[in-house]
Amino acid sequence: MNQNQALFEYLLRLGDSDMVLAQRLCELVGKAPALEEEMAIGNVALDLIGQARSWLEYAAELEDAGRSADDLAFTRDERAYRNLLLVEQDNGNFADTMARQFLFDLWHYHLLSALSQSSDERIVAIAAKGLKEVTYHLRRSGNWIKRLGDGTEESHAKMQEAIDEIWTYAGEMFIADEVDSLLADAGIAPDLNALQQKWQSDLTTTLEEATLACPPMDAFMQTGSKQGMHTEQLGYLLAEMQFLPRSFPGASW
Amino acid sequence: MIRESDNSRSDAVAFETSSVDRLIASDRAGRSGVSGIRPALEEIWQLLEEVADPEVPVVSVVDLGIVRDLAWADEQLVVKVTPTYSGCPATEFIEQAIEEALHAAGIADVRLEQQLFPAWTTDWITDAGREKLRAFGIAPPVGSASKRTLLGEEPEVACPQCGSHDTSRVSEFGSTACKALYRCNSCLEPFDYFKCI
Ligand SMILES: [Zn+2]
Repeated sequence: MNQNQALFEYLLRLGDSDMVLAQRLCELVGKAPALEEEMAIGNVALDLIGQARSWLEYAAELEDAGRSADDLAFTRDERAYRNLLLVEQDNGNFADTMARQFLFDLWHYHLLSALSQSSDERIVAIAAKGLKEVTYHLRRSGNWIKRLGDGTEESHAKMQEAIDEIWTYAGEMFIADEVDSLLADAGIAPDLNALQQKWQSDLTTTLEEATLACPPMDAFMQTGSKQGMHTEQLGYLLAEMQFLPRSFPGASW
Repeated sequence: MIRESDNSRSDAVAFETSSVDRLIASDRAGRSGVSGIRPALEEIWQLLEEVADPEVPVVSVVDLGIVRDLAWADEQLVVKVTPTYSGCPATEFIEQAIEEALHAAGIADVRLEQQLFPAWTTDWITDAGREKLRAFGIAPPVGSASKRTLLGEEPEVACPQCGSHDTSRVSEFGSTACKALYRCNSCLEPFDYFKCI
């Protein structure tokens, strides 16, 4: 694998995670628990779609095989998707949605901070822009973890259950493969151990404030997304997301 | 070089003000384009000050700091624009509006370049823009967009209606990506706050 191939893979991971989480969040538009939350969820999804587009446009140009960012998003099958397992999980109840969001936002925040220092200029530009948006996402999801965790007996129980349930999908973010190592050596992407330390330290602080227990880091963690091995949920999500462009190829406004 | 006719385009673009001036400008620039004379950049900045943001129409794309740079490359006008938020749905609309306004003024050869870096910040909103926002009922961003502001405490946002500082945040996110929802505890009016990023 040469550096360009690794970078293409890496850009797909970034773009796909944003894209799939945005699609999940959009499922809540029209049925969020409160109007303010609906606007927030919709806005977060919109930011993520914008970031996904930037990453996938870069990937498409790098690949130089005549595929556009839209082609990448709408014509790849499940096994070609590289998003984190975490983001494809169902919305569940509001605590589940926020637990997934917070674990992701915290990772996303530290990842984009690191990518703002990348040796690749275009990555720096996309990451620095996204970082401003993600800072808001993180502030909001972190506040919800605290409000629900340190709320009523019921909200506390639901929040704890949500964290425990989603936990098995969190470890994957920090397990490096050939792509990660190659790009870390080139100064393009961050070292995942360093990223994990920051993530874990902030997580511990927030969970403590929320009076929630942090599950053990050495628990069994699901993996596979970097090789395109996904959980059952992704197929249904893509079927809905890709239906229109696949049924009416080339359709435009 | 064959240039497209500008007449059809100027009909399609409606301006709220000084349409007569525009018509004259259009005629003049149409001729000057052919003879190779390029309108001064200062005039073009002024022209773009009338291109409204589609989501907050009281402010222009210049007020918001979306237009980063104007330059002539021979006969071609290069316009550098930056999106406010990565997923701002108005980005393409804004670019089209800028292009149409320039065409309508007789500048036929326009190239728009998207510039992501440095990332757009509310610090680039002009003083005039902030005043227009306030008059429209949207509280302008408070302070500068340092990392501390982003992560730190909620800013003290003054009510755009009565000026009271006794306000509270209803939601981190408002009607568009760039705004948060606030409420004034003095006059009880809800209002949008233009978030600091
Ligand atoms: Zn007031």
